[in-house]
This record gives sequence, structure tokens and C-alpha cells, in this order.
Amino acid sequence: MLVYLKIYRYNPEAGRNVPSFDTYNIEAEPTDRVLDLLEHIKGEIDGTISFRRSCAHGVCGSDAMRINGRNLLACKALVKDVGNEITVEPILGLPVLKDMIVDMEPFFDSYKSIMPFLVNEDVPADGKERRQSPEQRERFDDTTKCILCAACTTSCPVFWADDQYVGPAAMVNAHRFIFDSRDQAADKRLEILADHGGAFRCRTAFNCTEACPREIHVTQAIAEVKNAITSGGVEY
Amino acid sequence: MTQTHQHEVVIVGAGGAGLMAALYASRSADTAVLSKLYPTRSHTGAAQGGIGAALANLEPDKVEWHSFDTVKGSDYLGDQDAIDYMCAQAPEVVYELEHMGLPFSRNPDGTIAQRRFGGHTNNETKQPVLRSCYAADRTGHMILQTLYQNCIKNKVHFYDEFHVLDLLMKDGVANGVVAVELATGELHVFHAKSVVFATGGHGRIWELTSNAYAYTGDGVAITLRRGLPAQDLEFFQFHPTGILKLGILITEGVRGEGGILVNGKGERFMERYAPTVKDLASRDVVSRSIYLEIRDGNGINGDRYVHLDMRPEVVNKYAELDGRTLPDGSPYRVTGEQLLSKVPDIVDFCRTYLGIDPIKEPMPIQPTAHYAMGGIPTNVHGQALSDAQGTIVPGLFAAGEVACVSVHGANRLGTNSLLDLVVFGKEAGKKAAEHAKSSDYKPLEANPTDFTRQQLDRILNNTGGEKIVHVAEEMKTKMMDDVGVFRTADGMASAIEKMRELRERYKNISIDDHGKRFNTDLLNAWELGCLLDVALATAVSAHARPESRGAHAREDFPNRNDAEWLKHTMTWLDGDQVRLDYKPVTITKYEPKERVY
Repeated sequence: MLVYLKIYRYNPEAGRNVPSFDTYNIEAEPTDRVLDLLEHIKGEIDGTISFRRSCAHGVCGSDAMRINGRNLLACKALVKDVGNEITVEPILGLPVLKDMIVDMEPFFDSYKSIMPFLVNEDVPADGKERRQSPEQRERFDDTTKCILCAACTTSCPVFWADDQYVGPAAMVNAHRFIFDSRDQAADKRLEILADHGGAFRCRTAFNCTEACPREIHVTQAIAEVKNAITSGGVEY
Repeated sequence: MTQTHQHEVVIVGAGGAGLMAALYASRSADTAVLSKLYPTRSHTGAAQGGIGAALANLEPDKVEWHSFDTVKGSDYLGDQDAIDYMCAQAPEVVYELEHMGLPFSRNPDGTIAQRRFGGHTNNETKQPVLRSCYAADRTGHMILQTLYQNCIKNKVHFYDEFHVLDLLMKDGVANGVVAVELATGELHVFHAKSVVFATGGHGRIWELTSNAYAYTGDGVAITLRRGLPAQDLEFFQFHPTGILKLGILITEGVRGEGGILVNGKGERFMERYAPTVKDLASRDVVSRSIYLEIRDGNGINGDRYVHLDMRPEVVNKYAELDGRTLPDGSPYRVTGEQLLSKVPDIVDFCRTYLGIDPIKEPMPIQPTAHYAMGGIPTNVHGQALSDAQGTIVPGLFAAGEVACVSVHGANRLGTNSLLDLVVFGKEAGKKAAEHAKSSDYKPLEANPTDFTRQQLDRILNNTGGEKIVHVAEEMKTKMMDDVGVFRTADGMASAIEKMRELRERYKNISIDDHGKRFNTDLLNAWELGCLLDVALATAVSAHARPESRGAHAREDFPNRNDAEWLKHTMTWLDGDQVRLDYKPVTITKYEPKERVY
């Protein structure tokens, strides 16, 4: 099938300091990934088009882009699902550096701010694993799936407007530890998220949940964090 | 402007091996991690089914059985001292990962859940054993996340999106690396006392692969160009179950949970090739069986693929035929819901890329290039070696897929790659720090970036008109056809010739992007150069081995030849010339015998 592809271009170094679009008509299979189309154009037509990618099957989180106005991973967006008129743009709310490449540092800084690591120095005397029931493990299963692609955070209208807001992805990762029965720092994380840039900035727009390529119930995770703050803690 | 940095330990690569090395090296030495990707993008994150350790959480298991299975899986090419060390360390490192926070799936009693995997057996009953410790079907993702989180906790110093292009050496001692900062295009020199390569594999040499775009063999190519050898390159694993045409991995865990392989006649054909463990034979055996079925016209509709079937009714039918039981002795039965919770990502991949629900329809699969058993030769401490006599390269370490210890020999068992990178990443990190603490900085050469600039300038200034993708496609197709699952002398000879031709054409590669910022065009071209170097070295190493062993299957030499070929290949690349040498396999207690599953 013939696909009409519009690709966002921005590269001040090469004189393209006003964002614009390049357009292409190319032959594609319905099962082609948008990433395949970008690779084809970069390889055959214009090698200057720049974007990040690695695993090409939705697990490394490199290639979140705005495709027809929605945040998707280019490697999980199939032509048959997005249609034969395709517009590819960088994700919103992070500074664009070149074409689809944005500055990810603010995103990772937010992630790091919520103490994204298990806090528990107690180890069983026999040196073996800490016990955790399947039910306790299930409680935070959903939020362990996060690949830090930033699709959720950069779909959030609050994040676009407020650069103090940690954003959905940081909250998802806070949830992953707050609701882990082994963790001992839930209080500290809840304190961080009770602050100005934290959970109560969320206006439940649900954009994040729709954007998540891992189908994490992001808005629900944020709601659970809010509840934990209001109720003063978590019971495991 | 080239900036120069100094760190006692410089680690190249931020996957499982690099991060584990970083956690240990940074305990005592000033450590920096350089990665061409953000750490969480590393390919460790794509590993699915589990990490092997004889925890015996659900049924009897022993470290010795894990060792023997690994030796047998390696087709006796693995070094038995290294294998014993890795398998003995396995329980400890799995507990360590749990202590760091890794959210393993759990058994009802709260212990770490374990599943069956190919080639892992109870050595007494010969039946598959529950040894693979898993977190659903995203075990690699959870290892990568957990290690990165612990690096944040321990304030490890990262240089994200710094692509290392050269290893610096002085008088035979490694003393740094050269990297390009992707955001600026500037070169940086990192002066170090210890350099750890943890750069992953090179599956992008082949047409159909489960490997990430980033898996371009940088580490092996860089060391080859610096006159160091690579080991056992002819042994490259084709995973039996890649998604048709895409190569995306479908974990062996699917078969561990009871899924079976079915040909176009509806037969469970693995019964014929591996009567005891059937679908859970080791990967080389299963991939060859699939190829043979296809060659005999038994593909689905006579086409070049077979089915992997995990519909619950099929799983239950064969579990009953096999008499499979749960640890408590009750019959093994599954529901669709249980399978979905065990392998949710597989279900997602099938829905996304195939438009099918694997709980209701079988999955079309074909073998896919997956894992490099070979790589930079090291000893069990992760110290890189410069010859067949085991001479250490002072200051240079390697761990993970880029390294060849060798614990995988001619064929790796599933779950042993995650184990390898944790065990040897840790050891390499410790030794790198020890080395750094007991030595001084070796002075850098006068113009340390010269070799790198030469390579980049040749691409940037070229007007030859060859395109990266055209050369890459020809390489991938040829390697798939002639240095793939089955090999012949003529096929490999023609592949060697082709790789030489493509390396000539590579000299005429020209690119569109001549800027500095995020010049991925330039780096894609540079990476292709790495792939071609490793492809040539692989084809020559393979052509020189007239026997079939593990993943190296010769149609013209169908048998293993222990009398002459029970030895590791060492390969050097000097311009266009490839030189080979061999070194003995370390055998401790397991004498080579016929390999039957």
C-alpha cells in the first residue's frame, strides 16, 4: 500500500532552526512498523533524519514519538493500525534537540527524585531470598513493567504546563516501590510526592494511561499513591 | 575540542554485565560507565524467560546438575572450571538480586518462582527441572532495572549516550578509551587504569535476529583492530523460536510452561529428535530440527516456518501424554489465564505483530540469530587474554555477551546468559577495581584520538556513493544463507569471499549527515564496519572447523570430532588477513560423550 508520511524536522546546526515537515510517499506493508518506514527513509533517501531506537519490539523504550498526534513507540505502531497518512513528531514537553530526539535529562531527573530503588538492608539470616507472597507481589506487578520511554509523562497536560511536576512515569516507579512489601521507605517517597510537584498535580486526564505502550494503568497507580498519602501510609 | 577525563575504572556498556561491574568497582575505585544508549535501553532488558540457579525451591536440584547440563549443552567446548564456578555462584547471585530489590515471581510459600527451560534437567531422572528463576517473561527487564536502580542508589557516575569507538593501549597495557558524545559529536578521551568491556553481542550480522539495532559487535571489533584475538566466533546461537519474518524472541519459557512445537502435518516433531526431553532440548538441537522439518517439506503449508502452540488444551493434552506432574504430584494442567500471567509480554508481541492471540491460535515461528557464545577471551576473573597461552592483557577486562570465558562453549543453555553477566560482571568489576588500586595511570600516547578520527573522517569525507543499508543487507543475507544454522565448506568459502568484497565496498561508504549533533548516520556507518569485521572473522573461524559441534553444524562434517577439534578457536584480524590459533578446553570431571536429549 502507498503511505503518505510527514516527518518533523528540526536541526539548527544544519540551518533548519524553524521546525518543518518533510513528506514522502512510500510503498509499505500493512504490517510494517512506523520504525521500519523511518529506517527505510533514513537508509535510502535521507540519512540526516535522526531518531533513537534499539530493540525494535517495544521493550527498550527508545523510540517514543508522537504519531498522528498520539504518543506511541514507533516499533509498536503498525501501518495497518495508524493508517496510510502518518505524521511523526517528537514527544511534547521536553526540549527538542534534533528531529525526533529530545532532551531526556529532565525526565530521568524526575525519575531519580523519587528514590527509585528498594530500601531494605535486612537480609534473612540464611542469606536466601526475602519471602513475599504471590498476592503481595501482584500488588505492584503492573508498575514493574515500566520501560521509561516517557510516553506517559509527555502526554500529560499538567507536565506540559508545569516543569516542577515529576510526571506520571516517576509516579509509576514510586508506586512500584511504595507498594512492594519488602520496601521500608514508602513514607519518604510519599513525603516527596505529597509536595508541590507531586501526586496532587495530577488532574486525572487519563492521557498517560492511554499513552502507555506497556498498558500500565498509570492513572490508577497515581490514584493509589494519592490515597496512600491521604491515608498516611500503606498496609501490605 | 577533545576533552580528557580520568577515572580509575571505565566500564563500556550499561547492560547487566556493565552495571554489575559498576556496582562492584565503584565500591573501592573511582568508576565511570560509558554507554551509547541510556542504560535502561540496553539489550539485557529484552531477556525474557529467567536466570538459571539450582535453588531447589520446588523440587530437588543441585549445583552439580546445573554444571553438568551446561557442559553437555556446550557440546563439551565449555571450560569446566569456569562452568563450575558460574553454577556454584548462581544461587548466591540470584539471592543478591532479590536483596537488591528484583521483583521475582513467587511460589505460594513466598520463595522465588522457577520454571523449566531447555537442557536443564534432573540428572537422575533425566527429566526437565524447575531451575529458571523468573519475573513473568521480563526477567532481563527486571535485572536491568534493578541494577540501574542500585547504581542510582550508589551514585555511580554515568556518561549516557557516549559511544566508545576505540580502546587505548600503551606497551600492551589498556589505559583508556575514546568515545564520541552523541549530543555534541565531540570526541572524549577517558584515561583509565582499568577498562571493562561489557558491550554485548553482534546478532545484527544476520538477516533474521532477535537482537537490538545496537548489537553491532563494537567490543569485539575494537579489540580485533587493536591486535587482540576473539575466541570461538564460529559458535553463534540461533534461537528456535523467533516470530516469523521479524525474528522477535518468543521465550523458551513458553515451552517450559508446556508449549510444544508442531509441524505442517500436525506432528509434535521434537519427539523424533529428542525422545526424552522433547521440546525442551537445547537450542542448537531444536533449531536444527526445525530446519530439517522445513527441508523435508514439513513446514506449515510447506512454507519456511513451524508452529509454537501454547493453547491451554494443547498444553494439557501433551502434559497428560507426558505424565507431567506438579511438585506435589498432582497432574500438570493450565488455564489460559494462568498462561497469560506467566508470559504476558509474549501474548502482547503476538497481538501486536501477528494479530493473533496465542492462547487461541498457534504462533508461527522460525529460528532467529540470538546469542554470541564467542567473544573477547577472558579467564574466570574477567581478565582479557591476548593469546592461546592465556597471557593477560593488563588493564583490560570483559564480561557478558561480549566476553568468552568460556562458559557456553559451542551452545549456550537458556537462562545462562543472565547468569553469566551477573556472575562475571561482578567478578570483572571487583578485579578491575583491584587492578586500579594496585597500579598507576599509564601515560597516554601523544595523539590518542588519531585512530578514531581516521575512521570517522574516512566516512565523513567519502564520496564513493555506497549506501550503508545496501552493504548491510548483502552481509546479512549472505551470513544467514551460508554461516547460519547449517553450513558447508563451499557456502562458507563463498561467505568469506563476500565479506572481503563488502569490506572493500565499505571503503566507499558515504553518508548524508555531515553535522556533529546526534549524527546517527555516521555512527550507523561506523557500526557497519564493526559488523563486517566480526562477520569476516566469524566466517573464517567457521570455515576452518571441519566438524559439527553445538551451534556449528556442518552438512559435510556431521559428527563431532573430539580427537582433533576439542579446542577453542582464537582469531586475529590484521587488515584483510585473518590468523587462527587454537587452545585446549579445560576438562575437569566430565569426559566428553555423545550428546543425546
